[in-house]
Amino acid sequence: MAETAPVEQATPSQVGANERTISYVEAGVEALREEMRRDPSVFYIGTGIGPRGGNWQQTRGLWAEFGEERLRDTPISELAMMGMGVGAAMASSRPIVDFVFLDFVLETMAQLIQQASTAHYISNGKIKVPLVVRAAMGGIRSAGPHHSHSFYSFFMHIPGLKVVVPALPYDVKGLLKTAIRGANPVMFLEHKGLYSSKGPVPREEYTIPFGKSVVRREGKDVTLVAVSQMVLRAMDAAEVMAQGGISVEVIDPRTVVPLDREAILGSVAKTGRLVIADEAYANCGFSAEIAAMVAEEALEDLDAPVRRICALPAPHAFSPSLDGYLRPSTERIVREVTEMMKH
Amino acid sequence: MNISKDLILALYRTMVEIREFELKGYEIYRSGRMPGFIHLYVGEEAVATGVIAHLRQDDYVTSTHRGHGHALAKGVSPRAALAELMGTVEGCCGGRGGSMHLYEPAVGLLGTNGVVASGIPIAAGAALSAKLRRSGQVAVSFFGDGAVNAGGFHEGINMAATWDLPVVFVCENNLYGTEMPFKQTTKNTNVASRAQSYGIPGVQVDGEDVLAVYEKAGEAVERARQGKGPTLMECLTYRFLGHHVGDPGTTYRSKDEVEEWKKRDAIQRLREQALTSKWAHEKEFETIEGEVRRVIDEAAAVALKSPEPLAETALDHVFCD
Repeated sequence: MAETAPVEQATPSQVGANERTISYVEAGVEALREEMRRDPSVFYIGTGIGPRGGNWQQTRGLWAEFGEERLRDTPISELAMMGMGVGAAMASSRPIVDFVFLDFVLETMAQLIQQASTAHYISNGKIKVPLVVRAAMGGIRSAGPHHSHSFYSFFMHIPGLKVVVPALPYDVKGLLKTAIRGANPVMFLEHKGLYSSKGPVPREEYTIPFGKSVVRREGKDVTLVAVSQMVLRAMDAAEVMAQGGISVEVIDPRTVVPLDREAILGSVAKTGRLVIADEAYANCGFSAEIAAMVAEEALEDLDAPVRRICALPAPHAFSPSLDGYLRPSTERIVREVTEMMKH
Repeated sequence: MNISKDLILALYRTMVEIREFELKGYEIYRSGRMPGFIHLYVGEEAVATGVIAHLRQDDYVTSTHRGHGHALAKGVSPRAALAELMGTVEGCCGGRGGSMHLYEPAVGLLGTNGVVASGIPIAAGAALSAKLRRSGQVAVSFFGDGAVNAGGFHEGINMAATWDLPVVFVCENNLYGTEMPFKQTTKNTNVASRAQSYGIPGVQVDGEDVLAVYEKAGEAVERARQGKGPTLMECLTYRFLGHHVGDPGTTYRSKDEVEEWKKRDAIQRLREQALTSKWAHEKEFETIEGEVRRVIDEAAAVALKSPEPLAETALDHVFCD
C-alpha cells in the first residue's frame, strides 16, 4: 500500500529529528557520494561530470573526492557510453552513466534495449547488468525541441528496465541509492525543472523500495495520478480545486516500473474517478497504461470516463507561448478536472 | 615466436572442433530439426583459435551473429553450445538465447550478438571494469567487416583508445557483409589502417594462417595486459559457406573465388606445414580428429534429446530480483 506523504511533507516525526532541507540536485549528489564511498565497484561516466560537476551540478564535489578514475568525463559518444556501461556492468562493476539530457539517450537505444534490458533474460539469469542510466527530462526555460522531451514512457514498454521518476529530494536520494544497489538496469530520470526545488531529507541512512507509491494528498472525489514535476502541479491544482469544493487525491507512483497498481486501483475504488496528469504524450504513454489498467481491472469502479491531461501531440516547441501551451499547466489540470467533475 | 608441438596440436584441435561443430550444426539444420537461423564460421576458424589461445579463462570476449567459434574457443562446451542452438534446457542459456545469443560468464563470454557492432562498446566497457578493478583481465571483441562502418565501431574504439583500455579489437574481414562486397561499403578497405585515426596500433594479418594470427594476437593481448591500450587487428579471411544456412553464398560470389579461398583453408594449411616441418605426425592429427568427432557426436546426441524449456518459465529472469 502507498505511504502518505504530501509535497510539503515530511514533518520531523516522519523523517527524524536530524532532518534538514536540501535541494533535489543535492539529494542526488548525496546519494552518489554515500554509495561511492560504500561500494568501490560504483563509478560514474558522462559528459562534463568531472571537475565541472555536471551541467546541472548533479555531480558537484564528487570529482574532488573520487578523482578521474571513478568520475569519468567522456567524449560525446552516447552509443559507446551506454554500451560501455553495459559491458562494465556485465563485468561486475556498477556503472552510472549520465546522459545529462534524456533526449540524448535516443542515440543509445540499441544498446539499452537490445543489450542492457535483455542480457539477464536471454542468458537464463547468468549475466547481470546492474546499470543506472541517469538523465534529465522535461521542459525548462524554452530549451527547445532537442533538450526538453519527457520520453520516459518509452522505457515502460521494454521488459527488463526499471523506470524511476522522482518528484521530491527525499525520493531522489532514497530511490537513487536503491537503483545503484540493485541488480537490474534502471532508468533514473530526473526533471530539469525540479533540480533547484527543496525539501526535507533526513541525515541518516535510508533507501526507498521501488514500486511503492505515495499519496501526496488525500481526497475523496477524484484520483489524480502524476509523476515527476507534474506531482507539484497536481498538488497546486488540488489546492485550488479544494477551494471550489472538489476533494482531489494525488498519487505519486515514484517508479513507473515497477508500478504500484494496488494503490491506484484502491484510490479509484474510493473516488470513482481517475485523472492522469503527464508531461509525456498521451499516445501509448504512461497515462494510457494507467487508464488501460483501470479499464481492465476496475471499470465498474468508475463513475466517469478517465481523463488524461498530457503533453499535446507535437514536437517540443521553442517559443514560450507554444511551450507553455503544449505542456500541462496547473491551470489546465484545474480546468479539465473541474469539467470532468460535472459528469 | 616459440612454436611447440603442444601449441600446434592445441590450435589444430580447436580449429577442428569448431569445423566439426559447424558441420554438425549444418547437418542438423538441414534436416529441419533446428529452429531459427544459424551463421556458420566454416573457413574462419583460425581467427577465433589464434586469438583466444592467448586468453585466460576470466578474460572477456564479445562476438557476433557468426559466433559459435568464439564461444567454443573460449571454453563453452560443444554440448552446451549445440543444445543452445536447438533451443533446449541443456543449452548454455537454457534455450533462451539461441545461436546468435550465447552467453557464458563462467568463461568470460559476454555474448555473441545479433546486432552488428554491438559487442564493440560492450567489450570496451568490460575492459574499463577490468582496468578499474586492476584485475589484469583483457577483453577481446570480434566483429566482421560489416561492423566497421557502424557507429559503435568508431565510438567504442575511440573511447577505448582514449582511455588506454585493455582490449583487442579483431575484425574478421571476410569480404562480404551479408551479400554486400566490402569494397562497395567504404573508400578505405584497409581496416587496420583506421587504427591510425584512433592513435593505436593497427595490424593486418592473413586470417587463414593460424600461426600468423597467433603471433600478432599475442602481441596485441600482451600490450593490452600491460596497460598500454588497445590494438585493432584485421584478419583477412573468408566464409566457405553462405551468410547463413540457406544462403548458397554463390549468387554474389563466383565459384572460382570460393574455390580459391578454400585452397587456403587454415586447417589443412597448419597440418601440411606441421608435417613438412616435422613438428607433428599424421597419426597425431588423426587422433585429434577422431576425439573431436566423438565429442561432437555426443554433443549432438544430447542436444537432439534435450527438451525445450517449459512454456510456463517464459517470464522467468526478465528481472534479476
